[in-house]
Amino acid sequence: MAQAQKRDIKKAAIKPVKKIVRLTAADLAEKQREISVSEFFTKNRHLLGFDSPAKALLTTVKEAVDNALDACEEAGILPDILIELQEITETRFRVAVQDNGPGIVKAQMPKIFGQLLYGSKFHRLRQSRGQQGIGISAAGMYGQLTTGKPITVISRTGKGKPAHKFDIQIDTRLNRPVVVSDDEVEWTPEHGTRVELEIEATYKKGRHSVDGYVEQTAIANPHAQITYVAPGGERVELARVAEELPKEPLEIKPHPHGVELGILLKMLHETKAKNLRGFLSGEFSRVSAAVAEEIARSAGLRPEYSPHKAARDQAEALYKAIQAAKLMAPPANVLSPIGEELLLEGLKKQIDARFFAATSRSPTVYRGNPFLVEAALAYGGENLPGDELITLLRYANRVPLLYQQSACAVTKAVLGTNWKAYGLQQSKGALPTAPMILMVHIASVWVPFTSESKEAVASYPEIAKEIRLALQDVGRKLGIYIRRGMREADAEKKRSYIEKYIPHIGIALQEILSISDKERDKVCDTLKDTLEKSRQ
Amino acid sequence: MSGKERSEKVAEKERSPKVIEKVVPKIKREAKAVEDSILKRKKPVLKFPVRSLANVRYLPKEGYFEIRGKKKERTLTVNTVKSFAQTLRMMALSKSLVETDDIATKREAYYVSKNWGDARFLEQTESDTVMDDVEALFEVNREQMGFVPEEKGGDVSGALTVIDKDPDTGKMLSIDCTKFGSGAYSIPISVEHLDFETKAKFILVIETAGMFQRLVKHGYSKKANCILVSMGGVPTRACRRFIRRLADAKKIPVYVFVDGDPYGITNIYRTFKVGSGNAAHINEFFCVPQARFLGITPQDIIDYKLPTHPLKEVDVKRAKDAIKNDPFFHHHKPWAAAMEHLISMGVRAEQQALAAHGLNYVMETYLPEKIAHPERFLP
Repeated sequence: MAQAQKRDIKKAAIKPVKKIVRLTAADLAEKQREISVSEFFTKNRHLLGFDSPAKALLTTVKEAVDNALDACEEAGILPDILIELQEITETRFRVAVQDNGPGIVKAQMPKIFGQLLYGSKFHRLRQSRGQQGIGISAAGMYGQLTTGKPITVISRTGKGKPAHKFDIQIDTRLNRPVVVSDDEVEWTPEHGTRVELEIEATYKKGRHSVDGYVEQTAIANPHAQITYVAPGGERVELARVAEELPKEPLEIKPHPHGVELGILLKMLHETKAKNLRGFLSGEFSRVSAAVAEEIARSAGLRPEYSPHKAARDQAEALYKAIQAAKLMAPPANVLSPIGEELLLEGLKKQIDARFFAATSRSPTVYRGNPFLVEAALAYGGENLPGDELITLLRYANRVPLLYQQSACAVTKAVLGTNWKAYGLQQSKGALPTAPMILMVHIASVWVPFTSESKEAVASYPEIAKEIRLALQDVGRKLGIYIRRGMREADAEKKRSYIEKYIPHIGIALQEILSISDKERDKVCDTLKDTLEKSRQ
Repeated sequence: MSGKERSEKVAEKERSPKVIEKVVPKIKREAKAVEDSILKRKKPVLKFPVRSLANVRYLPKEGYFEIRGKKKERTLTVNTVKSFAQTLRMMALSKSLVETDDIATKREAYYVSKNWGDARFLEQTESDTVMDDVEALFEVNREQMGFVPEEKGGDVSGALTVIDKDPDTGKMLSIDCTKFGSGAYSIPISVEHLDFETKAKFILVIETAGMFQRLVKHGYSKKANCILVSMGGVPTRACRRFIRRLADAKKIPVYVFVDGDPYGITNIYRTFKVGSGNAAHINEFFCVPQARFLGITPQDIIDYKLPTHPLKEVDVKRAKDAIKNDPFFHHHKPWAAAMEHLISMGVRAEQQALAAHGLNYVMETYLPEKIAHPERFLP
């Protein structure tokens, strides 16, 4: 698939060249050459989240932390992450992210950090933070472009093994790593990886900054211990809340209904299966030999037909037959939700509020990919502003999404929910106004982002529906709390009413009837007693 | 009645022992009932008459709106404890005003409440409402309870002598209403103690100050031997009471001259003659049943070829509402017919429209022609 994508990119990049007229085909041929992925992204770095110096800092930290957490979890290690930002000049920073993960074998290190679209995650369907194998090498390339410095990686795979330190650069034309230096070094941790990059960047405080990202990451990853050293040396320790790793997500084969024609073609080409029956039942989930035969027949093909031949002339018929076939939904228990309990604990640790609610919905499927939605909220208290719009925190596979809020399916679902029904104020087409932080988490084997920079989730109808149901679920819980609060406030108001106004009834009766102070007090006490008992 | 007798009578009214006898025991009785309920561990209840047109009936013989039995109950609960406390404190204020023979304007009463701590009123509209409630509760008028309105009562000019007393010396005082030149005598807020001397043939009650000024300036009262009163819009209680007492005492007819539009007919004339829904509990005293409608009638608009304005939506609504819901129009068929006539014409005409035929046309032609035939007036 990486190959297919490269081809697409090449075509896209060449198009403008074709517009140049008054040249012969030979002239053109001279100018036509392969454009490497790295070259393409050099020119289109905004697609990866490096469009401004402030965003570049965040994206770099984010990509490194994503990798660190993924590595720890896959190895079954409770993550211990260190993030260090060092200001070199106002526009230049050194970013270091260190984990206690399994480490990386020496031979793999150059490619992982020095070649785009190289990685373990793109070729599989499994819930993980990284998906494409672009992130950290793109950050390295960005650093190289803006400061000329290579990416530095130190890694050790276990006790007694040596620690290796690499300085790696990328040959952007060939998309190939260039090792600048390779040493064995002294390093204290038993195992783990440390990545250091020097990049052009600016540091800001606030929700859209590294500070906000770190806090939000801690909320969705209560099993991680995170230490954050901000520029200027301030050290923030975000303690681990859960002592157990999340349930391990499982890898699944693609579901036939989620496969597009281009991918089907590629799979037909690349399969080692001898016939269609073997191909369909072997490469996809939820396809038995019997079902495979049925699909082949309804495409007008014999089950014994060769996949390679099918790729040439019958792919479209096969694709239609696959789409038309009745199949079981893909296995959904492959996902790893945060869970209601840890959602609540993560929020409570980070946010001081009066009321918390969370919900974790059952997995379901969009386009053949299992996914699930979780939502949680923190409401009330002195630390949340009551006269402002709520804060919405969006997560995909436990990664906070900080940009492009308005383009995201989550935001659309929050705007489309009637929060007035749950006791909040809401203007038409706006987020509700309340002292509240709302978080929504989407977990999937393949989160459909609207772009490679992974900032907004696309609005598939199935996903939009699940988000809406999750929001309604936490909304109802909130509504119950708010109404109870209103009733209590009401009762309190009545109590104070009695205290305030009964003395005036006493005074008035005393003035009119000329009764003694003692008689007056008796009237007041009796009336107070009567009203408090009746309470209506 | 000799001068001396008269002065004694006025003095007696000023001490107003009757008012003390009437109001204070009522307040005490109500307060006592509240106290008794409380001590019996029951929730006290106050019953207020409902003050609206839906709760009045028209008494054709007596000629005014009488309040019907409908009452709203206010039980002392947690939710009503504030307004209950305010009502009782207003009653206590009224009692002390009456006992010390003092008065407070509505605005002053509002400011007195500022000493009541938490029970104080935040807006005068709140205190006015409580005052109206108390007034209705005791079925007396607020002047008798010591509360007086801010508003002016109306202007009087013409062949009338009002017998009042000097506030400083308490001596009898004769006020000749012909002696105000181009000005006028101003009706006081409380009129119960006044006496009258007049030989006028009728009282002409006028809606606008402008028309009143014209008639005063050109000596119309002398020519027609009448008393002129300017209401300045909807007549105040004092204005209605003044004319009622004058007309009753001297047995002279009352003619009303207002704009020919639904507002002039319903809000001004009807209120003047038979009272209003809001003041239903006291209409008996604040109405002028002998009043007759001189003009401007819908027929006048045609007969006198008056320039007109189109009826506004709100005018039509007011007119239709009167025909449908107002007991006065239910009883007086000619009025219902006149109102229908006005709606069908779709226009209205102001008093000043007569000026189209010459500034003094109203004095020289319109009024003499109308007054020659009072039997043609609308009831």
